[in-house]
Amino acid sequence: MSLKGRDVISIRDLSRSEILEVLNAARHLIPVAEGKKRLETLDGRLLALAFFEPSTRTRLSFETAMQRMGGKVITIADPTVSSVAKGETLSDTVRMLSCYADALVLRHPYEGASRLAAQLSDKPVVNAGDGAGQHPTQTLLDLATMLERFGTLSGLRVVLMGDLRYGRTVHSLAHALGVFGAELVLASPPSLRLPEEVHRDLDQMGAKVREEEHLDRAVKDADVLYVTRIQKERFGDLAEYARVSASYRFDPALLQKVKSTFIVMHPLPRVAEIPPEVDRTPHAAYFRQAFLAVPVRMALLSLILEGRTGARG
Amino acid sequence: MPGASSQPSGKELRITPIRNGTVIDHIPSGLALEVLKVLKVENLDRDSEVSVALHVRSQRMGWKDIVKVENMELSPQKSNAIALIAPTATISIIRDYKVREKHPVSLPDRLVGVLKCPNPNCITNHGEPVESEFEVVRRRPLAVRCAYCERSMEEFLPHLAR
Repeated sequence: MSLKGRDVISIRDLSRSEILEVLNAARHLIPVAEGKKRLETLDGRLLALAFFEPSTRTRLSFETAMQRMGGKVITIADPTVSSVAKGETLSDTVRMLSCYADALVLRHPYEGASRLAAQLSDKPVVNAGDGAGQHPTQTLLDLATMLERFGTLSGLRVVLMGDLRYGRTVHSLAHALGVFGAELVLASPPSLRLPEEVHRDLDQMGAKVREEEHLDRAVKDADVLYVTRIQKERFGDLAEYARVSASYRFDPALLQKVKSTFIVMHPLPRVAEIPPEVDRTPHAAYFRQAFLAVPVRMALLSLILEGRTGARG
Repeated sequence: MPGASSQPSGKELRITPIRNGTVIDHIPSGLALEVLKVLKVENLDRDSEVSVALHVRSQRMGWKDIVKVENMELSPQKSNAIALIAPTATISIIRDYKVREKHPVSLPDRLVGVLKCPNPNCITNHGEPVESEFEVVRRRPLAVRCAYCERSMEEFLPHLAR
């Protein structure tokens, strides 16, 4: 099925072959994202970015993606100065934006906001994060990073580390990795383990999953370490937060024990989970991951708006 | 079939036959009052009779509850809500003292306006003009997932949309 005109709210909305279509298209758009080639596939197209909570990185990468493809953007970046501040419902804001633009990218503090927006908008809606809910383009760029480095997702051994309970983006990633036949190793504090419903989802797919509390054992033989931030607001007791977050810091000494091709990923912003010494090693993949946000979003926007990217390959 | 629905035994159960209305039989014992909340019997007209039998012997279930309401037929939403909290229930529609329809409750694949999402951060709990919607993701044991925030739930009684 073509992606043209489609909403992308959750990674579950995309089939395995559609995910690969986006990732493959993104690979061919890298020279355009780098500014080495020009494309005007989205010339004359207008994208509305409605950001109801702050997010510099995601918003700028969508703006960059649209402009690199020759399109233009209109933006609500600060809802405190828009009609939202006057009490307008999200429903009305979405109806208005879908009259103006050819597609809508939404970030909202409430979970399910993008699903609601997609029902109300006759233009495609892309979810750029709804509360602790879904963030499908983050999952796509995470997969793109692994695919670029390893050429495959099937059979990769991926360690998911940190807050696996509340971080819903990690749930989307776990689902997608399960779809592609990667093996998951879960390394989290006992209080922040992957929820039962996500485990069941992975079991239903027949995904290989195991828990490993000790990070040194988890990263040995692993291909990818995906680090997530442990958020202070999840802990009632700050001393407990300090203890847990200190124990889930990536120790650069562990790099002595890993495969030469091993990579460390992080959705950023990081706080102290990965010390800066790791940045200078060939294992650090998080800045490449941040860059790949642009070609992945270029590919997705082009496929949704035009059904093609215009890049050869 | 035992119980008051098809063969009213006024002496034993002290429930009189009704001319028109609905009998909900085979409610798991202890849940009749929850079923009454779903039915919103307080909104019935003053001349309608409501009978409740609690902890009645049942061949099939051991113990059960029965609710009989005059002059009311169930909307699909109420029927779905009863299916969630009392999956063993059977519903009989009475017209002119006769059982015209009798069927077990059944749960559709999607539930609209029946439950309130337990996730306080779900968009359906924030003043938007939208009805809650859940899809059944597993039937035994029953689990449903919010069509908006994708949060799953397996406990329904505290989350019925009243």
